[in-house]
Amino acid sequence: MDFDRSLTALGSATLRMFGGLGTFSRFTGDSFRAVGNLRTWLPLLVHQMRRLGVDSLPIALFLASFTGIVLALQASYTFTGAIPLYFVGTLVEKTMVLELGPVLTGLALSGRIGANIAAELGTMRVSEQIDALETMAYDPIAYLVVPRVVAGFLMFPIIVIFADVVAVLFGLITSMALLHMSPQTFIRGARLFYRHFDIIYSIIKAFSFGLVITLIGCYQGFHTRGGAEGVGISTTRAVVVAGMLILVLDAFWAATILK
Amino acid sequence: MSIELRDVHKAFGPKKILRGLSLDVEEGETVSLVGFSGAGKSVTLKHINGLLKPDRGTVFVDGLEVPRLARDQLYKLRLDIGYVFQFAALFDSMTVAENIRMGLVKKGGLSEAQIRERIAESLKRVDLSGFENRFPAELSGGQRKRAGLARAVAYRPKYLLYDEPTSGLDPVTTTVIDRLIMRMKEELGVTSLVITHDMKSAYAISDRIAMLYEGRVVQVGTPEEIRASGNEVVRAFVEGRADLAHDAEHPLPDDGGPQGRNR
Repeated sequence: MDFDRSLTALGSATLRMFGGLGTFSRFTGDSFRAVGNLRTWLPLLVHQMRRLGVDSLPIALFLASFTGIVLALQASYTFTGAIPLYFVGTLVEKTMVLELGPVLTGLALSGRIGANIAAELGTMRVSEQIDALETMAYDPIAYLVVPRVVAGFLMFPIIVIFADVVAVLFGLITSMALLHMSPQTFIRGARLFYRHFDIIYSIIKAFSFGLVITLIGCYQGFHTRGGAEGVGISTTRAVVVAGMLILVLDAFWAATILK
Repeated sequence: MSIELRDVHKAFGPKKILRGLSLDVEEGETVSLVGFSGAGKSVTLKHINGLLKPDRGTVFVDGLEVPRLARDQLYKLRLDIGYVFQFAALFDSMTVAENIRMGLVKKGGLSEAQIRERIAESLKRVDLSGFENRFPAELSGGQRKRAGLARAVAYRPKYLLYDEPTSGLDPVTTTVIDRLIMRMKEELGVTSLVITHDMKSAYAISDRIAMLYEGRVVQVGTPEEIRASGNEVVRAFVEGRADLAHDAEHPLPDDGGPQGRNR
């Protein structure tokens, strides 16, 4: 009896998971198809780029500056006496550009951008505003989803580049002020193992994180059911799922292109 | 130019909402679809402009079979169908004028000056002149419904679908909305289907009234015929008897329906 019940529960969970994957795949396909509907989404793009991108800069730069400070101090603490101090520059640059710049920014902005999109579209769904768009012959995916996803895709790499630069800059300032290093020493370390590919790698990750955060936020908002509680559930899911996918993608890129 | 629903079936999971609904709305006519809460009235309405597709059966609007229309044809048809939502569904990030503008821009063929003129005219039609720059949050419930009506009529549709236009309103505002619905018919000559459970409104505005029960239309008739109906379900609804309301709010068995049940 218990075995039957467990089997039924497992079967239902599997069906739900594949059903959810199917719905998400269809939604993603519809979103890519709607990119062709330029007349609907292009006029809305600049507004979304400012809202999702420019307005996210302060939080991303705040996070990056303190990460740069902490990285410099922890590197100095770890290296004391054993490794030359100019490796502080190496560690700050490599860690920020390869990993923390895109990933920390991604996780922070999945909270800001992903939650914002899911809550906004979720409220529009439960108050029938998305249905209202359809009744006036607007494709809601072209009108609501595409400008947000394209804005996230385009703006995220810019935010991450700013975050990388600011973190390294704050690492340098910290090294000069608290570790009594000369700027030349820090820069020597930073340039030691630097490759142009580091930046390309950071940008590739940023493109994929921007896409995931906005697409998941839109999907969760679009599929909101119920009232205020449903909006809350969608918002939480948008943040949790995007956060998990960022970490999975991070490992994926490291395993596939970082050789 | 008419609306025809033919043997429409619709289920959401195990819950069968529509179970063979058929209804015609003739050109220029106002038909009210009445029924208990949860009977499937709004679901019926959403089949007419293709927001929902029937599991079985079909819907014709203007001679076009709605579930079979390609996306472009469906969007073109939707601009002939105004939809007034239960809670107005105004875009809350836009002013009233911007809300009305959306449909006009989509329909096309109007200059900027003509759009402004049409917005003012639509607001005047619902007695909301001067409300152009207000946001939905700054309007009362009744004003929001009127703004929703102005948005729906601005692009001059041939059909108007009203989803519970008077629910949650005080009696005076209800009368105002009823008069507006009649005014839209007189001034614009639109064909209307009104979803309501307010019998007073239904009697006031309708050429015919249809009673939806257990997923089917159990009676269609003029207000006088409905008032004098011998149908037990219709009488119970009109008289506000609570014994049948319980049934309407529960999923129906597969072989149920008015004919298959003992009472």
